[in-house]
Amino acid sequence: MADYSAPAPPSGLTFRSLAYDPKIRSIVFQVLTVVVVVGIVWFIGQNVATNLARSNTASGYDFLYGRSGFDIGDTLIAYSSNSTYGRAIMVGFLNTLLVAAVGIVTATIIGFIIGLGRLSHNWLIAKLCTVYVEVFRNIPPLLVIFFWYSGVLRALPNVRDSLEMPFNIFLNNRGLIFPKPIWGEGAWLVAASVVVAIIASIGIYQWASNRQSKTGQQFPVIWTAVALVIGLPLLTFLALGSPLTFDIPVAGRFNLTGGGTVLPEFFALYLALSFYTAAFIAEIIRAGIRGVPKGQTEASTALGLQPNMTTRLVVVPQAMRIIIPPLTSQYLNLTKNSSLGVAIGYPELVSTGGTTMNQTGQAIEIVSIWIIVYLSISLGTSLLMNWFNAKMALVER
Amino acid sequence: MKKTLLSATIGAAILGLGSSASAATLDDVKAKGFVQCGVNTGLAGFSAPDAAGEWTGFDVDYCKAVAAAVFGDATKVKYSPTTAQSRFTALQSGEVDLLARNTTWTINRDTALGFNFRTVNYYDGQGFMVPKSLNVKSALELSGAAVCVQSGTTTELNLADYFKGNNLQYNPVVFEKLEEVNAAYQAGRCDVYTTDQSGLYSIRLSLPAPDDHMILPEIISKEPLGPAVRQGDDQWFDIVSWTQYAMVQAEEFGITQANVDEMKNSENPDIRRFLGTEVDSKIGTDLGLTNDWAYNIVKGVGNYGEVFERNIGASTPLKIERGLNALWTKGGLQYAPPVR
Repeated sequence: MADYSAPAPPSGLTFRSLAYDPKIRSIVFQVLTVVVVVGIVWFIGQNVATNLARSNTASGYDFLYGRSGFDIGDTLIAYSSNSTYGRAIMVGFLNTLLVAAVGIVTATIIGFIIGLGRLSHNWLIAKLCTVYVEVFRNIPPLLVIFFWYSGVLRALPNVRDSLEMPFNIFLNNRGLIFPKPIWGEGAWLVAASVVVAIIASIGIYQWASNRQSKTGQQFPVIWTAVALVIGLPLLTFLALGSPLTFDIPVAGRFNLTGGGTVLPEFFALYLALSFYTAAFIAEIIRAGIRGVPKGQTEASTALGLQPNMTTRLVVVPQAMRIIIPPLTSQYLNLTKNSSLGVAIGYPELVSTGGTTMNQTGQAIEIVSIWIIVYLSISLGTSLLMNWFNAKMALVER
Repeated sequence: MKKTLLSATIGAAILGLGSSASAATLDDVKAKGFVQCGVNTGLAGFSAPDAAGEWTGFDVDYCKAVAAAVFGDATKVKYSPTTAQSRFTALQSGEVDLLARNTTWTINRDTALGFNFRTVNYYDGQGFMVPKSLNVKSALELSGAAVCVQSGTTTELNLADYFKGNNLQYNPVVFEKLEEVNAAYQAGRCDVYTTDQSGLYSIRLSLPAPDDHMILPEIISKEPLGPAVRQGDDQWFDIVSWTQYAMVQAEEFGITQANVDEMKNSENPDIRRFLGTEVDSKIGTDLGLTNDWAYNIVKGVGNYGEVFERNIGASTPLKIERGLNALWTKGGLQYAPPVR
C-alpha cells in the first residue's frame, strides 16, 4: 500500500525554509545589491587613487584658482585671460544656461504650433507639420547643429559685405552685430520699476479673480498689466532724463567694432536645439490634446461655451496633465544636448571645461564638475516642473 | 540572474584591476607585440593617413623608429589619432605608450601633468596665417581681428599673451578639432589662423587656393615639439629619448637607410659601437633592447635628415627649411649625446 500522507513539515529553521521565505530573500538580495554597489564605487575610487599616484598627476580642486591664460569668445560676465579657471568654467556654465533657457522657450512655442498644426483640419497644414516632425525627430541632434552651423556660416555674407538692417544692425558670417545699449546713471530704477510693475500686476490679478468669484464682475486684468509693465518703466525712464546711449558698431579694419554681437555658433546651437526638441514637444502636445475625451468638448459645447473658450478652459487644462511630465524630460534633453555645442566651438560648459582640462590635466576633477553641474541643472528643472505639475493636477474637492 | 550579474561584476572588477596595475611599459609593449602611438588626427607631413589609409609623416616615422628599436620591425605600430584635448588623457590613462604628436614641451606638462619630455624632434614657433587680400604685413596690425585657434594648445595661451602684451584686441574663435578650425578659416569665420609655423605650412597646402594665403613673419613663441611619455618609467623614457638621439647621431655619422648595411663593416670604432657590431658591447642591452637597436632604427626609417626630407623637407610640397632643425654641426640645434 502506498503511503499518501504528505511528508512531515520540516521542524524549526532549516536552510530551505529560510531560502524560500520571501521576506528574508528580499532582505538578502537588498543587502547583496548594496554590497555590490558600494564595492564597485570603492573599487573605482581605489583604482583612481592608485592611478593618480602612479601617474604623478597633481589632484584636488586648487587649480580652479589659477590664472586661465586663455580667452573666450562669448562671455556673459567679465572675463579675460587674467581670470581664473574657475571663472572660465563659470562663463561656460552661464552660456549653457543661456542657450538652454532660450532654447526651451523657443522649442515650446514651435512645438505648440506644430503640435496643434498636426491636429488641424486643413490637410496641407497637417501634412506639413507631420513632415516637420518626422524629419527632425529622425535626425541626430549633432547633424541638426552642423546643418544650421554650415547653413548659417555659408549662407551669410562675408564681414565686408555685411547685410545692413535698420537701426544699425548688421548681419554677416561673424554673427548679428547690433548697437549695444549703455545705461547711464539711475538706470537701475528703470529695472526696478519693471519688477514693481510685475508684482503689482500679480496683485491686481489676484484681487480681480477674488472679486469675480464673489461678485461675478470682471476686470480687464491683461490690459492693466500691459499698461503697468510698459508704462511704469517708460515713465521712470523719461523722469530720469533718458539715461541711455547706444554703442553703435562701425566698420574697423577687420571686423565691425563696438556694439554687441550674437555669435553664429550661438545661433546655430540655439536654432538646432529649438527645432530638434520642438519635434518631440509637438508630438507630446498632440498626444495630450488627443488624450482629452471627446465627451469633454461636447459637454462644454452643450453648456454653451464658445469653441475658443472650450479649448482654453476645458481641453488645455486637462491636456496639460498629460503633457507636463513628458515635457519635463524634453526640457532636460535639450539642456543636456546643449553640450554638443562643443562641436561647433560655442563656449559652453563642456567647451571651457575641456580647455581647462587640457591646460591643467585635471581630467577627473573637471569631469566631476561637469557631472555635478548637469545633474544640478537637470534636478532643478525637474523640481520646477514637478511643482508646476502639482499645481496643474486635478484638484478634487 | 542576480548571480550571473554578480559574477560578471566581480569578473569585470578583477579584469579592471589587472589592466590598471602598471608593469614596465617595455614589457607591456613586448607582450602585446606593438607600440601604441598617439598621433595627430591629420596634419599633412606630420601625421596623416595617405590614400591607401596608411599613416605617414614626420611624427608617424618617430613611432616607427621606436617600434624598430624595440622589435627590429618598423611596422609594429598601432596609431591612436588624438585631438589636442584628448591627447593628454590618452597618455595619462595608458591608452597610448607614447605621444608623438607635435606636442610642445612645457614645464607644466613636464611636471603637473605627469609626463616626461627630453628630446625635441622639431623646433617650432607659433605664427599667423592670413588671406593675402587683407593686406596685412605684420602681426602687430592684427588688432580687432577674429583669430581661429585650436583649444587646449599652448598656441591658445600664447595668443592671449601676445595680444595682451602688445595691447591688441581680438576675438578668439576656438574649436576642439583641427578640421573644424580649418573649415572655419576657409569659410571666413575668422581673419587669422594661428598655430605652430610647421602646422601653418601644412594647413596652407590643404586650402583650395594656397597662394591666396600668406604666413606672417612674426614668430611669437618657442614651441619645442617632442615625444612625451608617462613619468615613473625611466627605462621606457630612455628608449623613446635615445631613439631621437640615434636618428640624429646617424645623420651626423652619415649613416643612411641605404648604406647602413655596409656601414656595419666600417673601421670607425664609433660607428661600429653605434651599430652594435662591437664585440662584447652592452650598448643596447642596457636599454633593455638588443645591441643592434640603432641599426634597426636607421634600417627601418632612416636617419633624422632622411625622415625630415621625406616628410616635410624641400622635396615635399611643404618645403620646410631645416633651419633650427639642422644638425649642430650645420648651425642648427639638433644634437645628440655620445653613444658610448
